[in-house]
Amino acid sequence: MDLNMLWFILITVLFTGYFFLEGFDYGVGTLLPFLGKNDSERRVIINTIGPFWDGNEVWLITAGGAIFAAFPNWYATLFSGFYMALFLMLLALIVRGVAFEFRSKDDRPAWRSLWDWLIFGGSLVPALLWGVAITNLIRGVPIAGNMQYAGTFWDLLSPYTLVGGLTTLLIFTLHGALFLTLKTEGEQLESARRAASLVSILAVPALLVLIILSYSHTDIFTNTGAGIVFWGALVTLLLACRLLRSGRYARAFIMNGLTIVCTTVAVFWGLFPRVMVSSLNPEWNLTVYNASSSPYTLKIMTIVALTLVPVVLLYQGWTYWIFRKRVTVKDLEY
Amino acid sequence: MDALILARMQFAITSSYHFLFVPLTLGLSVLVAVMETIYVRTGNETYKKMTQFWGKLFLINFAMGVVTGIVQEFHFGMNWSEYSRFVGDIFGAPLAVEALAAFFLESTFLGIWVFGWDKLSKTMHAATIWLVAIASNLSAFWILAANSFMQEPVGYVIRNGRAEMTDFLALLTNPHVLYQFPHTVLAGFTTAAFFVMGISAYHLLRKNYLDFFRRSFRIGLTMGLISTLLVITVGHFQGQHLVNSQPMKMAAAEALWESADPAPLSLAALIDEKNQTNSVEIQIPGLGSFLSHNSFSGEVEGIKDVQAAYEARYGPGNYIPPVTLVFWSFRLMVAAGLWMILITLYSLYLWRKGQLETKPWVLKALLWSIPLPYIANTSGWFMAEVGRQPWIVQGLQRVNEAVSPSVSAGAVLTTMIAFTLIYGVLAVADLYLLTKFIKQGPGETPAGRPMEPTKEVSLWT
Ligand code: HDD
Ligand code: HEM
Ligand code: HEM
Repeated sequence: MDLNMLWFILITVLFTGYFFLEGFDYGVGTLLPFLGKNDSERRVIINTIGPFWDGNEVWLITAGGAIFAAFPNWYATLFSGFYMALFLMLLALIVRGVAFEFRSKDDRPAWRSLWDWLIFGGSLVPALLWGVAITNLIRGVPIAGNMQYAGTFWDLLSPYTLVGGLTTLLIFTLHGALFLTLKTEGEQLESARRAASLVSILAVPALLVLIILSYSHTDIFTNTGAGIVFWGALVTLLLACRLLRSGRYARAFIMNGLTIVCTTVAVFWGLFPRVMVSSLNPEWNLTVYNASSSPYTLKIMTIVALTLVPVVLLYQGWTYWIFRKRVTVKDLEY
Repeated sequence: MDALILARMQFAITSSYHFLFVPLTLGLSVLVAVMETIYVRTGNETYKKMTQFWGKLFLINFAMGVVTGIVQEFHFGMNWSEYSRFVGDIFGAPLAVEALAAFFLESTFLGIWVFGWDKLSKTMHAATIWLVAIASNLSAFWILAANSFMQEPVGYVIRNGRAEMTDFLALLTNPHVLYQFPHTVLAGFTTAAFFVMGISAYHLLRKNYLDFFRRSFRIGLTMGLISTLLVITVGHFQGQHLVNSQPMKMAAAEALWESADPAPLSLAALIDEKNQTNSVEIQIPGLGSFLSHNSFSGEVEGIKDVQAAYEARYGPGNYIPPVTLVFWSFRLMVAAGLWMILITLYSLYLWRKGQLETKPWVLKALLWSIPLPYIANTSGWFMAEVGRQPWIVQGLQRVNEAVSPSVSAGAVLTTMIAFTLIYGVLAVADLYLLTKFIKQGPGETPAGRPMEPTKEVSLWT
């Protein structure tokens, strides 16, 4: 295995971590207006992710930085090509981040409900857009011979990629509902459970359709391993549904998390060794070789990443340990 | 307007905006950590209240810094794709390290600090805010190391049509960053010191919570004194370094068209960029040489000579940045800095004599000085960035070669307007909350507690 491959794997790990972790806080944000019937319920819901969401978002920032450092051409083509989509995502992330901090700092109903709506929108939009983005990655987009994106924003939208968006939205929402079953009590737990059941009924067919469509829209199934993992995502999702029905929430949460892991891994594995597929000419694909940094930079970055990532995992794990207790109306301190 | 101009404007808007929040984070995190440490060591409840009051203001500011930072991270790929291809091998590395080494630390431990008041021991809790403070200042180092490469490329070779890294250590010990990092961090400390002094003065003027704000003021004053003196000192040496490393930037900052020995220092000038001369100048003879070389003689290169040297080296073209803008940015920063040092010294004098509170005009002046560090920060960056034009990477790549070719002017304009609008709205909300909590003071209610927690407000109305 060379360093180019290693970095591709590391970036896959970063995206997997990002989708797994921020997946549930996007889900919680999306469910906010449906599960929070009054102000204190909404505060409980927000506080379940309060200590975590920023740390989770840094997974995305790190993934962005890692792409820049290891595959500058990928960073350049992807970010300038998916310009408008990324812009929408940025808007969502901006209002969402501020909303978490600002909403409880004033007690006017209009103020709070405004920020609550922004949390909702700011969570829903990225959850949807990530599905659109990753399906575009594997389906291929118009990239010309000079590595420049040659399409428009509308080229990114097709029935296939919209199914992709819907699927990530539903799976993240389910992830959020399951997270709430672990972090709340009493009536709130009960409504989180109901939401999880409802969403899971929609998530299964969505993922199934996505997998089937991927046969005709992409070539990831020519990689048998990736194909198996993709189907594995459906299996774990079905298992999550079963565990949910029998009230084993923690396991259901982990199982659905595995669905996210499998989907991400399948996409990136199916992509490899390409990082972006050109729909115009296979010669024009960006790969881990023609898009990469120099061997020297990759070596330096490998040393840095292999020392720092374990430390980060340790202290992030510790946070989840500190805040392992359920959040109730009684401890609305903050 | 073409995509290039729009992309430049967009970058200027979003990064100036990001840098409105960053300096306060750099300094206030340290001050809050100091306050909490005093609380832990003395058990004095006033310091706990101080930690919570200033901490709340810190958090409001921090949130804005975070969300505007994400835009920065994506910006290079979106608007400057050719720049990213050209220097990604070098520039991406510090950005990735910044996220891995600093942002993770900062965001994770801030989450613990905010929600962990009764989940951790007092000492552990204070330790988390120290980690946040250290991580913030660490993050500044990495991003500035990246920026310094644009100002003064080191440790690279041009290969395969791009700049490739050959020496990571050289990147981290870039002479430029060795000035820029302390200057910027000290500027952040200065910003926080004036923030704390100004708000304390506001309440001292109204005789509210006297004990609380006297103690706050003392901490602010201590930091202000040290950091203002140091930021100016570092700035002086930084300028001297620039005379050699970026002679064009410094010549523009002095509006010095012709080389001179000894060179004067211009206090003000009416600059005629078209005819490359100043129609009016107010100068102090010899001081230019003194500031550049620590001696009253010694040549300082003028703009025209640098232009000629650059033409010989890089081929025909215009290598002169917008002189008026650079000149006045520099003047503004220095003037703000001088005012800040004067008022801190005078406040110290009054404080020592116990007369500060008997001089309302000084307290008012302190309150109205809160914007000054912000002005200095922004004009400092304008000088640094505009003074580098037309280069995006000094001597290696020009700005017009850096912009994304696949992004249309319409797209850049749309996003620019949208960012500006949303940033404007957020600024209003931010200022509203800050002034509300500042006026309210530490009060009797514990920090952040909801006023009516169970109010039945429907989301749907
Ligand atoms: C409180 C803020 C503050 C204050 C009082 C000063 N500065 Fe400053 N200055 C900054 C905040 C700042 C900054 C925002 O931090 C900059 C922008 C880029 C940088 O490296 O620091 C900067 C840049 C900057 C530069 C350009 C560096 C470059 O091109 O990379 C010079 C030469 C100086 N400063 C010099 C001074 C001098 C001589 C000062 C004394 C009167 C001074 N600064 C006060
Ligand atoms: C945060 C404070 C900063 C401010 C206020 C600032 C301000 C500016 C301004 C006004 C311009 C436009 C100059 C012109 O085109 O005439 C600019 C350009 C630019 N700056 Fe900065 N800058 C900041 C930080 C940075 C940092 C940290 C970096 C690098 C990491 C950076 C990289 C650039 C780039 C890539 C451009 C676009 C190309 C150019 O016009 O030079 N800037 N900045
Ligand atoms: C143009 C280049 C820059 C980029 C790409 C960038 C990127 C970012 C990002 C992604 C964040 C959010 C981190 C989080 O989610 O926790 C952030 C916040 C921050 N950035 Fe920047 N940044 C830039 C310029 C700067 C500069 C010049 C400084 C300081 C000298 C700085 C210091 C900070 C600090 C201290 C924070 C913490 C949050 C806060 O600002 O309150 N950044 N930045």
